[in-house]
Amino acid sequence: MPNAPAGTIYRGREGMWSWVAHRITGVGIFFFLFAHVLDTALVRVSPEAYNAVIGTYKNPIVGVMEVGLVAAVVFHALNGLRVVLVDFWFQGPRYHRPMFVGVLGLWAALMVPFTVRHLMHVFGG
Amino acid sequence: MTPIAPPRSPRRQHGALNTELYAWLFMRVSGVFLVLLVLGHLLVNLVLGEGISAIDFAFVAGKWASPFWQVWDLLMLWLAMIHGTNGLRTVINDYAERDQTRFWLKMLLYVASVTTILLGTLVIFSFDPCPAGQPADLLPSFCRAS
Repeated sequence: MPNAPAGTIYRGREGMWSWVAHRITGVGIFFFLFAHVLDTALVRVSPEAYNAVIGTYKNPIVGVMEVGLVAAVVFHALNGLRVVLVDFWFQGPRYHRPMFVGVLGLWAALMVPFTVRHLMHVFGG
Repeated sequence: MTPIAPPRSPRRQHGALNTELYAWLFMRVSGVFLVLLVLGHLLVNLVLGEGISAIDFAFVAGKWASPFWQVWDLLMLWLAMIHGTNGLRTVINDYAERDQTRFWLKMLLYVASVTTILLGTLVIFSFDPCPAGQPADLLPSFCRAS
């Protein structure tokens, strides 16, 4: 009996990795959304309760984590628009790879100024 | 030539509602709206003005005193929660192999989602920007007028 080839694994290129990243960022953002609706709901408890909990968002460590959250949101948004173009634009499937490069470029172009601005707010610059 | 065996999944009944098609379409339509709603939310709350350091009760009250931001946040809440719920439903369907596991994970998801949507909606509609008996320095400035 012939042996099955060992160690084969499907390694797609831009298509697969954009799908993996879209899934991971999507699940992460969704779990944050639950927490975010709950913390915002504290405005119905009292101004003190809301201000106390929102204070954790201003903590330097959490402030740096917010850069990661925004990075996930911006990637998911841009790659989502790419998915829409692949599905609905007749040239979409042909250009899905250059569009993924465009997503990464636009993502970096938005994230660099955002990171500078946000860390200035967090660290009081 | 041997004929190709018919697919195992039964064909859709004629006239039956194609739920998966509408779910697929919803992800794309809501996604485009969410790009505008969420990036606008991040721009106004984190980038403009003092960003995160300015967010407190008075900031939220100042926004929700206006129907514009109430509608914005309500749309964002509903679309993001349904978009995320359908996304996680797909993830559960992909990775939970046992029927029982898949069923209960999805039930947990739906209960958590409906609860969160209702809670968020209730908060937006029942919110009072100037609650009585609260320290004035924590409230938006327009509460002191009149």
